[in-house]
Parts: sequence; C-alpha cells; structure tokens
Amino acid sequence: MTFGRLLAAVTAAIIYLASAAATEVRAFRDAAEQRRYEQLVKDLRCLVCQNQSLADSDADLARDLRDEVYEIIQSGKSEQEAAKFLIDRYGDFVLYRPPFKTATLLLWGGPFLFLASGLWFIWRRTKRRQGMISRTELTTEEQERLRELQKRIQG
Amino acid sequence: MRFKFLIPLSVFMLLLVLLGIGLTLDPREVPSPFIGKPAPAFSLPTVHAPEQVLTTGQFTGQVSLLNVWASWCVSCRQEHPLLLELARQGIVPIYGLNYKDDRDNALSWLARLGNPYQVSAFDADGRVGIDWGVYGVPETFVIDKKGVIRHKQTGPLTAEILKGKLLPLIRQLQGEPA
Repeated sequence: MTFGRLLAAVTAAIIYLASAAATEVRAFRDAAEQRRYEQLVKDLRCLVCQNQSLADSDADLARDLRDEVYEIIQSGKSEQEAAKFLIDRYGDFVLYRPPFKTATLLLWGGPFLFLASGLWFIWRRTKRRQGMISRTELTTEEQERLRELQKRIQG
Repeated sequence: MRFKFLIPLSVFMLLLVLLGIGLTLDPREVPSPFIGKPAPAFSLPTVHAPEQVLTTGQFTGQVSLLNVWASWCVSCRQEHPLLLELARQGIVPIYGLNYKDDRDNALSWLARLGNPYQVSAFDADGRVGIDWGVYGVPETFVIDKKGVIRHKQTGPLTAEILKGKLLPLIRQLQGEPA
C-alpha cells in the first residue's frame, strides 16, 4: 500500500517536472493574446537544440528569445512582426514552416512533382498493358480450340 | 531496352549519393542572414572599464574580427590560444563581445589566460548577442572596412579554419578599398 502510494507520488512528481521544464509565469491582457504568444513560440525553432521549439526548449537562449517574443506581442505588434524579428537575426531556419520562395520551390513543389511522376508512370503502364491485350487477341483458330477445351473440362 | 532493370538501381544510387552528402553536412551550421549586411549597431560598456563604451563605429575603416566569448564557455578556452597567436601577429584587430557573463569572472578569465582583444564589450543580458544572431558561443564575425559582416564562424576556431578560410578572407578584404 505504502509502496503504491510512493510510486504514485514519484510518477506525479516526474510528470510535474517534465511539464514544468520550459514555462515561465507570464501575464497577458487577455486569453487571445496568450494564445497568440503560445502558438508563436510553438512554431519557432530553438537554435541551440534544433529539434525543439522555443516553447519546449529549456536552453538559455530559448528563454531569452521567449522573453523577446513576449515583449513584442505585449507591445501590441503582430505575430508576423515577432517572427520577422527572429528571421532577421537567425534566418528562415527559425521557422518550422519554411516560407514559399525560389530557394524552397523544390521543397514545396517536390511532393507534387513525385505524385505527378507516379501518376504518369501508372498511366503509361496501364496504357501499355491495354495495348498488349489487344495485340494478343486470339485468332479464330485459337478461339475454336479454346471453346473445345472448355467443353472438355466442363465434361 | 535491355538495361531497363538498371533504372530503379540508378535511382537508388542517386538517392544514396544524396543521403551520403547529407551526412557530411553539419546541421548546426545555420547560414547567417547577416552576411553582406552592415554590422548591427550596438553601444556597450567595455569589460575592463564600465564607463567606456564600444560602438559599431569602431569597425569602419579597417578589417576587424568580432569574437563572441564568455568565461563559462568551454569551447572558448579551446580556441583561445589561436586568438592570442593571431593578436600577437597583429594581422587584424580582434574585438570581443563578452556574452551573458559575470564581469569579475570575465576579468579573471582574461587575466589568467591572456587577453587577445583590443577591447571587449560587456553584453550582460545577451541582447546584443540576439541582435547579432548569436546562438552558439564562441562565434567569430569577419567585418570589412565598410563595417559590413562578410563571414561568420560558428563554434570554436581551429588552425585549419583560420589558415584555410579566415586569413585568406581577411587578406582579401584588407585589399579592398575602404
């Protein structure tokens, strides 16, 4: 019983610590502003631990950048302006969703290119197979033999 | 079409080559958006004398290096002898940006290991670091005579990088008109 309780307490502590890893207490004017801030730090990449967002990362720089983003949002500026602040300093890399421009044309268009080439491949194959079927149509002689064989099987 | 069976194989080989190239790239090396742009302006007190300031105006008229360092940064120790040697040779002035450090720690670090910097700016809260897109100390910026950032080295300098990349670039920039 006591062991079970201890286990529960330890689990709760671990969950609490894990979730509290990267949260500061911040004051917002309203829920909408809080949502804007939280969405933004989730969409921006931390440069120190590159596979974490600013929201998830516990790195020193991530904390500083969250402060910057918070201040920008607090000053009444838009998310785009906050994102631009970071892009100007760290490049498009801070965005998890890269912008659509000439350098990223292949990145965005690539999947469609693959889909199109796949469809073209299938279309060509089916066409060729159809062509093969019409080419191998039976002669009257063969058709006769086929009918005879079928009759023999059916008894 | 006797060699048609080679098509999937060659596509696979191409993929293999691309993935192989991908393995040799360093994902930590994020291209800096500052290359070719004027150095972001700052005005900071220096580490040695809080009443003196270092401004970006210092960078015009000569090719200079700005090295971002901190006493808590382990890799800074690693590149430090190279900076000292470079300063001794007097090829290019090295300025320091002391990033998110404690002044006493920074001073004793310089006293103990040697000071390669003309002067070090003291960026206590790291704001200037953010303005310069610093994300991994140490970082070294090469700034040309017009005060434009021409190159950024993220991570510690090595003798190879210095000889192979930075010094040729510095010489080239020193040849450019101011």
